[in-house]
Amino acid sequence: MEKKMLLLGDEAVALGAINAGLSGVYAYPGTPSTEITEFIQESPLARERNIRSRWSTNEKTAMEEALGMSFAGKRAMVCMKHVGMNVCADAFVNSAITGVNGGLVVVAADDPSMHSSQNEQDSRFYGKFAMVPIFEPSNQQECYDMTVAAFDLSEKLKLPVLLRLVTRVAHSRAAVSAGPYKDQNVLAPEADSGHWVLLPGIAKRQYASLVGKQDIMLSLSEKSPFNRYEQGNSPLGVIACGIAYNYVREAGAENVLKVSQYPLPVSAVEEMARGCNRILVVEDGQPVVEQEVKMLLGAGFKVEGRLTGTLPRTGELTPDSVAAALGCGTGPVYKASELVAPRPPQLCNGCSHRDVYSSLVEVLEDYPDAKVFGDIGCYTLGALPPFKALDSTVDMGASITMAKGAADAGLHPAVAVIGDSTFTHSGMTGLLDAVNENADITVIISDNLTTAMTGGQQSAGTSKFEQICLGLGVNPDHLKVVVPIPGNRNEIKEIIRREIEYHGVSVIIPRRECMKTLNKRLSKQRQQR
Amino acid sequence: MKLDIMLAGVGGQGTLSIATVIGVAAVEAGIVLKQAEAHGMSQRGGDVQSHLRLSTEAIHSDLITKGHADMVLALEPMEALRYVPYLSPDGIIVTSSVPFVNIPDYPDVDEINRELSGFPRVIKADIEAAASVAGAFRSSNMVLLGMAAPYLKVLSPESVRRAIGTFFAQKGDAVVEANLKAFDMGLEMAGK
Repeated sequence: MEKKMLLLGDEAVALGAINAGLSGVYAYPGTPSTEITEFIQESPLARERNIRSRWSTNEKTAMEEALGMSFAGKRAMVCMKHVGMNVCADAFVNSAITGVNGGLVVVAADDPSMHSSQNEQDSRFYGKFAMVPIFEPSNQQECYDMTVAAFDLSEKLKLPVLLRLVTRVAHSRAAVSAGPYKDQNVLAPEADSGHWVLLPGIAKRQYASLVGKQDIMLSLSEKSPFNRYEQGNSPLGVIACGIAYNYVREAGAENVLKVSQYPLPVSAVEEMARGCNRILVVEDGQPVVEQEVKMLLGAGFKVEGRLTGTLPRTGELTPDSVAAALGCGTGPVYKASELVAPRPPQLCNGCSHRDVYSSLVEVLEDYPDAKVFGDIGCYTLGALPPFKALDSTVDMGASITMAKGAADAGLHPAVAVIGDSTFTHSGMTGLLDAVNENADITVIISDNLTTAMTGGQQSAGTSKFEQICLGLGVNPDHLKVVVPIPGNRNEIKEIIRREIEYHGVSVIIPRRECMKTLNKRLSKQRQQR
Repeated sequence: MKLDIMLAGVGGQGTLSIATVIGVAAVEAGIVLKQAEAHGMSQRGGDVQSHLRLSTEAIHSDLITKGHADMVLALEPMEALRYVPYLSPDGIIVTSSVPFVNIPDYPDVDEINRELSGFPRVIKADIEAAASVAGAFRSSNMVLLGMAAPYLKVLSPESVRRAIGTFFAQKGDAVVEANLKAFDMGLEMAGK
């Protein structure tokens, strides 16, 4: 075995996939999942093996592209942050109905505590919903091992497999040892592709077959080396899911059922329940297993967790909250300083979004009824002081469509602010809706030539935005491109004012490179010199 | 033997570089390491922290338990104060004394200093001035690492020095040299 490498959980997943014979990774960047795809993009081994790794336009296109590669017989992986599961849900759920050919692993990186997200939904619900196996690694070595195992299981069951990470696994580094490389599958499309055509008659058969696989999935889960009952004499049984196992061990608990593969290993839970009088379920995210265990053991058995308030109902687990739930003291703690002020993230100095917001806010001083619908990206920070420019931020693409809906209701001015990458991710279809009704909205596509928030990934629409907007039917007279620098502020203000006064769809594209990618590029040039 | 470090700073100050250098040194020395990092939104000028756990034995939790950090290592004095609930009663605070003011309600600097002085073990210095004196004004984070080096228990200052060489190697000799100078300056300032 080669030397251990210090890897993020994300990187361990990536390396596991490469070594498992991956042929393509499909993803849209999103914290905390981005580093999986980046690792593959930068891996010399992946390049040598010709593994396809360019960013997809959104999670749904990624999921479908991966499914296509699986159809063709090769191993594919899809990576996203938890909310990306919402975007690709249609394709994901139905991929369990069609089944897969080459191994298909779907990685969802959840963000409990919302370090960089707008909700803390638990992707295990999606796995259960689609009725597919789920892996939930507790550490970086398991990230590697479970990715390899997930591909094998996917091909064995002919089903997609969900790998669920949380921020503290994805973005935590530890030593990992890698196994051997496996060759990629050869091109081998399904000879009989009938079951991929989900007409009702076929879909009914396929769904019945998926339901029929549940018993096999359960028995594999009960035999899985990733699920382990460490029996002890304590009257308290602890079910520790994924990363929770680390906190439970840190607190020194015994009588622990470690769960890292689902469906939940029911017989191990029942065995534990026979030897104790109370079970604490420790899981990061939402109370998925707690509900299931409650149902399994009935009202007479005491089951505790997030629902009972034994653990906090919201936010990520910490060694402190788990120790408290287990009744273990952790010693004296200095009290928090009252001097310390919050330090929220903010737009970089010199950022082009700053110039966009400065101009917009000044123009809107003359329009007290104006509402600005924001979107997901660095420019969401325009909601904070000094700009306080946004009235909403909901999901990828919602700026344009919400502005349209509000305009439909009679609101004016209705302004949408969306970034370049978010626009191609989910804004284009909404713009078509707006064009088709000539909705009275002003759309600002703040183009910094990159997917900045997640660290500067290539943006799918770069150099195509004017063509895209014109192609969707935006009136050329109301498609304006500006350069957002302080010297152009008067010109930009004038254009915003004119387009607000135009009662139809206007698109303004302020375009200037992100300061972060600019600096990165310049420093690379300096090094090469 | 274990060493838990709560590493703190403001996005863009170079906290992750400190974490990575310590990580490289730990791997070289065969020390077990877990390092939980902050990525994504908080890196845009917000407060960032990294939980660094080193041990000669297995480590379970990726996060440090409150009251158990052997060191709060901070690139900014208010950020040092933010993480005192993690500091163990006999732990040490190693921090820059230079405030990074990018918020309107930044507290009074004298009060921050007064509060920091109330802790039993504090090392505080103007790492930016020190980096300039060393001729490495962009490497103040390595000055801080130098100040902390004598207190890393499971890692020797020499092993951290070697790790700086490894980590910055791809950026060229001049960058390695500057960072080593900054580190040595910090080590000298630690007075040990």
